[in-house]
Amino acid sequence: MKKFESTRIIHSNKIKKIIEENYRIKTIEIDHSIEALPGQFLMVWIPGVGERPMSIGNNDPLTISVANVGKVSGKMHELKEGELISYRGPFGNPFTLPQNGKRILVIGGGYGVVPIYFLAKVAKENGAGVYSVIGGRTERDIVWEKQLFMVSTETFITTDDGSRGKKGTVLVEAEWLIKEKKIDHVYTCGPEKMMEAVAKLCKEYDVACEVSLERYMKCGVGVCGSCAVDGKLCCQDGPVFTGEEALSISDFGKRKRDATGRLEDI
Amino acid sequence: MAKLKCEFFGKKLKNPIILASGVLGMTKASLEMACENGCGGVTTKSLSIEPRKGHEGPNVAETECGFMNAMGYPNPGIDAGLKEFDGWKRDEALIISIVGKDATEFGTLAEKVEEAKLNAAAIEVVLSCPHTPGYGTMVGQGSPESVTEICKTVKEKTKIPLIVKLSPSVPGEVKAAEAAKNAGADAINMGNSLGPAMKIDIHRKMPVLGFGMGGLSGPAIKPIAIRCIYAIKQTVDIPIIGTGGVNCGTDAIEMMMAGANWISVGTAVYYRGPEAFDYIAREMDAWMDMYGYKNVNEIVGVVHEEIRKYKNYSQ
Repeated sequence: MKKFESTRIIHSNKIKKIIEENYRIKTIEIDHSIEALPGQFLMVWIPGVGERPMSIGNNDPLTISVANVGKVSGKMHELKEGELISYRGPFGNPFTLPQNGKRILVIGGGYGVVPIYFLAKVAKENGAGVYSVIGGRTERDIVWEKQLFMVSTETFITTDDGSRGKKGTVLVEAEWLIKEKKIDHVYTCGPEKMMEAVAKLCKEYDVACEVSLERYMKCGVGVCGSCAVDGKLCCQDGPVFTGEEALSISDFGKRKRDATGRLEDI
Repeated sequence: MAKLKCEFFGKKLKNPIILASGVLGMTKASLEMACENGCGGVTTKSLSIEPRKGHEGPNVAETECGFMNAMGYPNPGIDAGLKEFDGWKRDEALIISIVGKDATEFGTLAEKVEEAKLNAAAIEVVLSCPHTPGYGTMVGQGSPESVTEICKTVKEKTKIPLIVKLSPSVPGEVKAAEAAKNAGADAINMGNSLGPAMKIDIHRKMPVLGFGMGGLSGPAIKPIAIRCIYAIKQTVDIPIIGTGGVNCGTDAIEMMMAGANWISVGTAVYYRGPEAFDYIAREMDAWMDMYGYKNVNEIVGVVHEEIRKYKNYSQ
């Protein structure tokens, strides 16, 4: 049975604070606290422009981070403190929250670190031990590290060019952490190739894993079918999938559907 | 649930419940998922000549009494679409939905479906979308003249049974259905979202839907769909798929009593999840058990027989 996710209510609230994270990412703190769980998403509406799914970075205050990559996100970058922002949600299945005493490893690539921070925060509040890895192409792409410092036992950084932290992908830190720190559960969000590699690594070491998929969405509530991945819908059955589920999805790490439904290579 | 078994153009369906076009049907795997959840047939996303991104969002909105959408026919285009739906092996009927700007486009699309040699039970031509410029009611495709021209063109290009999807939004559905029948259509799908309709967000002082307006569906439009189906059944001898606001088994029974041979279901997927098909089938089955019906066909159009018993009944 479907858990009822009403799309009837559109929240419109004032922007409390805007933080410029780097050359392309802004964080928007909203004057609203919302009952949302880590891994869930909002459909953010910019009147006259469009609507996009956005990961939730915190529930109190409600926080989202957005990279300037298109029409809607471009308009979001023009928003000012005190202005209204509108959204519906939260939608989708959250990450499984770890229990007290468990050790988790959270891995965020690029702005994938946003929902990962939210999870790490709640996990720590629940008594889990949190290790974190943040990956980026270069030093400039590492965001939300201070937030993760506050909730992690240890935080590690990797960059493709070695300009910050260890040179290489998140795997160079993830692999030894899984082994040495006796990790119970790995959570990841970021570029799909990265998540695929993490899911495979977890399979190899037989560690539970959850990934957060991103797909083109039109409705967010399980009707339009735009976000179909095999027989599942990213918005309803995801966006969080177990590593095993994700690896069984034929397009995972390979292809995505665009707005018309055509498959494109990732 | 053997009572629900029925025929659909030579195919034996486990029940008369069909997934409506535009809902879930972007991929073959999604259609299979709908089948796993209990429907007797499925309809693809409507395929157009060129790929379409559809309207900017928000594409959906809920109101007090129903659901609204303005998708704008997102689809990968007929060529990619037919590849996607190739290799249909299930017992459930596969209906290929097509949308064209005019009779020539519909003809081209139908020809491509014919040539693709899919395992398609029927082609549905949609003449009734209320919110996509260039298509449907926005260009008067539901008029008897337009219906005649489109049906004749499509019938020349394909032997696959033809369903014509009409709108509850424009008066004259009976004349349109008659025109469709005379031009060779094999069935009418009576119903689509109603409208265009509008919802305004009072905080933003803006229409909610990205396109400004959209089609209304769900419980709000069921009585209108029922009346349209009733009217067609009364006058035109042609099988009918009923569409509009069916959310539970008794809704489906009511629509079949008005004259629908099959029921198509879309918005119920929003309210009840894809399990809606199974729920509706079980609810129909239970109702028929309770009132002693043995076969779902016994219900089709019974209102028309009943009404004859009341001589002074005027409509």
